[in-house]
Amino acid sequence: MWPDEIHKELSAAGVSLVGYVPDAGHKRLIELCQADRKMRAVVLTTEEEGIGLAAGAWLGGARSTLLMQSSGVGNIVNVLGMVRECRFPLLTLVTMRGEQGEFNPWQVPMGQAVRPVLEAMGTVVQYVQTEDEVGPVVNAALRLAYNSYASVAVLISQRLIGIKSFQEQAAQ
Amino acid sequence: MKRRDAVAALLAQRNDLLVVAGLGSTAWDVSAAGDSPLTFPMWGAMGQAAMIGLGLALAQPRRRVLVITGDGEALMGMGALATIGAQKPANLTVVVIDNERYGETGMQETHTAHGVDLSRVAQACGLKLVDWKSLKNAIHLAPGPNFAVVKVEAEKIPLVLPPREGALLKARFRRALLGEKADLD
Repeated sequence: MWPDEIHKELSAAGVSLVGYVPDAGHKRLIELCQADRKMRAVVLTTEEEGIGLAAGAWLGGARSTLLMQSSGVGNIVNVLGMVRECRFPLLTLVTMRGEQGEFNPWQVPMGQAVRPVLEAMGTVVQYVQTEDEVGPVVNAALRLAYNSYASVAVLISQRLIGIKSFQEQAAQ
Repeated sequence: MKRRDAVAALLAQRNDLLVVAGLGSTAWDVSAAGDSPLTFPMWGAMGQAAMIGLGLALAQPRRRVLVITGDGEALMGMGALATIGAQKPANLTVVVIDNERYGETGMQETHTAHGVDLSRVAQACGLKLVDWKSLKNAIHLAPGPNFAVVKVEAEKIPLVLPPREGALLKARFRRALLGEKADLD
């Protein structure tokens, strides 16, 4: 499964801190990170906190990643300014809502704004639509973030996550 | 109490303490006490000082970490107290220098001027409250996460500015903490 591929890449890259605001699409990856004794999964009250966490971790010499749903991108806009000004490396993994087959209209405005908002703040945006792409794209994103001190977001498409209805979301 | 005296007292003989200073007055206070590469003074990202402290504390469990920030900055990131309470980093202390004002924008009153008690918020989140007398010792020794509000006079005083460039502040902090190998990471 694709969350296992992401976990494998994070582990191989030495990521030790994982900030997250839960999303149904990230459920398995969060559980894999929680179960990994070399990782510390940190539950956040808002995605914005994950930017501070990642910045502090890097000041202390640790690699981290930040997991969120697309709605959370709206909560990190101003603090991405610090990431850019300080050239903090950052990998954000965003599970998409409000794009392919969305059932909740309130998700659509932010979902559609994710890419332009991130790009406006200087974050490199990569997008995965198929299971096969996930591992290689996350691998490359980690290299770009930590070898080139870039802010990189990987958007995981709603089609790949496969959320189609409230019922299916609740059952995940 | 005067804010510059309070911060200078907390930072005297700081030894290998790692310090995060919230934007605005507390960053100037920390600079007035003496610039150090092991201080990360913020010029933006309001609300994130305590979270940067948490990230640092988790990455460096053998070092003591002190966040010095203002009441306005702490109010903007109040959820961080819940996150710190859940993580329970033993090496982290958060000190709020509380003048009950937004000092950089015209000294408007903050919520703490209207009865909001950040100590009780922090306590309810599981942080350990420390009084002024024990604070300096707690910063260096007491198992945390520790928290203190230091009430200070609302005064306008001359700015003492740290370096501004974010990439420089980051790089000098990492080099001072991790050695020159940090440049090659």
